[in-house]
Amino acid sequence: MSILIDKHTKIITQNMTGATGMFHTKGGLEYGSQMVAGAVPGKGGTTVDITLDNGEVVTLPVYNTVVEAKNATDATASVIYVPPAFAADAIMEAVDADLDLVICITEGIPVLDMVKVKRYMEGKRTRLIGPNCPGVITPGQCKIGIMPGYIHAPGHVGVVSRSGTLTYEAVHQLTTRGIGQSTAVGIGGDPVKGSEFIDILHLFNEDPDTHAVIMIGEIGGTAEEEAAEWIRDNMKKPVVGFIGGATAPAGKRMGHAGAIISGGKGTAGEKIATLEACGVRVAPTPSEMGSTLVAVLEERGMLESCTTHVVNS
Amino acid sequence: MNIHEYQGKSVLKQYGVAVPEGKVAFTVDEAVQAAEELGTPIVVVKAQIHAGGRGKAGGVKIAKSLDDVRTYATELLGKVLVTHQTGPDGKEVKRLLIEQGCDIKKEYYIGVVVDRGTGRVVMMASEEGGTEIEEVAAATPEKIVKEVIDPAVGLQVFQARKLAYAINIPAELVNKAVKFMVALYQAFVEKDCSIAEINPLVITGEGEVMALDAKLNFDSNALYRHKDIQALRDLDEEDEKEIEASKFDLSYIALDGNIGCMVNGAGLAMSTMDIIKYYGGEPANFLDVGGGATTEKVTEAFKIILSDENVKGIFVNIFGGIMRCDVIANGVVEAAKQIGLDRPLVVRLEGTNVEIGKRILNESGLNIVAADSMADGAQKIVALVQ
Repeated sequence: MSILIDKHTKIITQNMTGATGMFHTKGGLEYGSQMVAGAVPGKGGTTVDITLDNGEVVTLPVYNTVVEAKNATDATASVIYVPPAFAADAIMEAVDADLDLVICITEGIPVLDMVKVKRYMEGKRTRLIGPNCPGVITPGQCKIGIMPGYIHAPGHVGVVSRSGTLTYEAVHQLTTRGIGQSTAVGIGGDPVKGSEFIDILHLFNEDPDTHAVIMIGEIGGTAEEEAAEWIRDNMKKPVVGFIGGATAPAGKRMGHAGAIISGGKGTAGEKIATLEACGVRVAPTPSEMGSTLVAVLEERGMLESCTTHVVNS
Repeated sequence: MNIHEYQGKSVLKQYGVAVPEGKVAFTVDEAVQAAEELGTPIVVVKAQIHAGGRGKAGGVKIAKSLDDVRTYATELLGKVLVTHQTGPDGKEVKRLLIEQGCDIKKEYYIGVVVDRGTGRVVMMASEEGGTEIEEVAAATPEKIVKEVIDPAVGLQVFQARKLAYAINIPAELVNKAVKFMVALYQAFVEKDCSIAEINPLVITGEGEVMALDAKLNFDSNALYRHKDIQALRDLDEEDEKEIEASKFDLSYIALDGNIGCMVNGAGLAMSTMDIIKYYGGEPANFLDVGGGATTEKVTEAFKIILSDENVKGIFVNIFGGIMRCDVIANGVVEAAKQIGLDRPLVVRLEGTNVEIGKRILNESGLNIVAADSMADGAQKIVALVQ
């Protein structure tokens, strides 16, 4: 079990024929993901040959629209590598095609475009992850996005994060301690996005194969505080946290559009205090996300059930 | 992106938002001439810097004559203003706004922001104008009223009316206040603002509702579709290293410490600053080289870090996903060759092509300290700069 995606998930790449789309479609295929088609306006009816590292050539069909690609392949998910100016339109097209899951990797979408996208999605069943995120991976089964697959290992710890590289950092710390992951989800660094921490925590809570969760937040907004309260009231599994940006100055956008302390709100200090008060152990440094989780698992007698592989040191 | 008050007012005016008459002046003579052209008995001389709190810092003067204007303009131009938003070094005043004086009856607050919780634009209003809205929010949150705006239909007149009544705009001026708010919302969405703050909004003795101050902030992701707004960028207000970094599409923010950082990914870059501080050091910058950096980009990033004289040592912290460790290693070696590496360098590499990256660094002959983890690297660089 896992959340959002598994070995059966069939995926359409929107803007597959662009350099980024090609690179990561190949990356998905190498990992074993079922990349089944591309959706690229104007390229419908063509095919793309992708040569894998082992020499095998995979030929993927390209369609003009997402709905055509879906109807032809029975795909249930799409991943978007469309440039920022056109990405909001691409998300809405995928939602209109009634896919289960849309993952938007694109960074730099104007925030008011995302406001319209959120409004458009109201009442529709599609789940959006991102934008401005690394994607989603269920180790050993399916990788959708730009994360390095090899650092992951299948297992029982869920990871949810606003930051891409910090997710890799956390996953790496787990894998090198013999702890595999059920699914790792990057929800993205933008202020207005498809899924929030609570949406993903809810899924991890319901997933019998996820035994514990690492939640990685950062400065800006109040999503971590809301998640902390939700965890206190609903979460049946231990959650370990980390918040990036404790030393960030107010009023400066720290790379991510969403990572900004404004009006004295959204500081790391506030977030850490709320998380701790709600029973979430917070790692003091980003180097200690893995060890903090190990400590919590040990205290609860769960370390053995979460240890999935032997690490050669 | 930030712009000056006078620029913000001119953007708002295009949408029918009422603002006082005013002109920008770069010299004392221009200031006097502007006051003469305005011809009002009282003019206000306002320092134009990208920071709030100018009034309290002595950056806003009421002139009752042209001589007053000359005196104040002479005093303010070239002066360094220190406000709670400028940092201790303050900012030099290079532009003035010369504006007609207003007969202020009462001050209010109007703000427009994108609310993360609802994913929508929210207009906020308060009767407590003229003071810091953060203070109002902390002390008397009930004095701030909000309307969440549906992007499909925009700010509705009834919503603006609700806000106007809630903040006790005099009955005879409610329609003018509504018109003001609707125009402000229009400007906000059409120009892709991230913040629009009118503090204070005033009602005058002549029965006008106008923006006495205006702070507009724009979504940098949307600037590509607003050439007119891009033209308002004032490079004097920005850090030189930040300008240089932006040319290479690097996300860089100058800080006060002495440890230069080069990291891939915004979250990891922020956390690298945190861990340096945790081990007793002070970061000199935030720098995210991004996921698709080339050797050239890494070289430029390295040069920018080294151009900061406060930097006593550098910590490179890379978790290669898309960003390959060999690319980073080549960039570091290239930059060191071009400008010489005269300060301690700690490198922590992990991820894609990590072995090749480490080999490149080892074979370069550069004096590089290798680190096994973020914590190890942070401790090593902190020790080296002491």
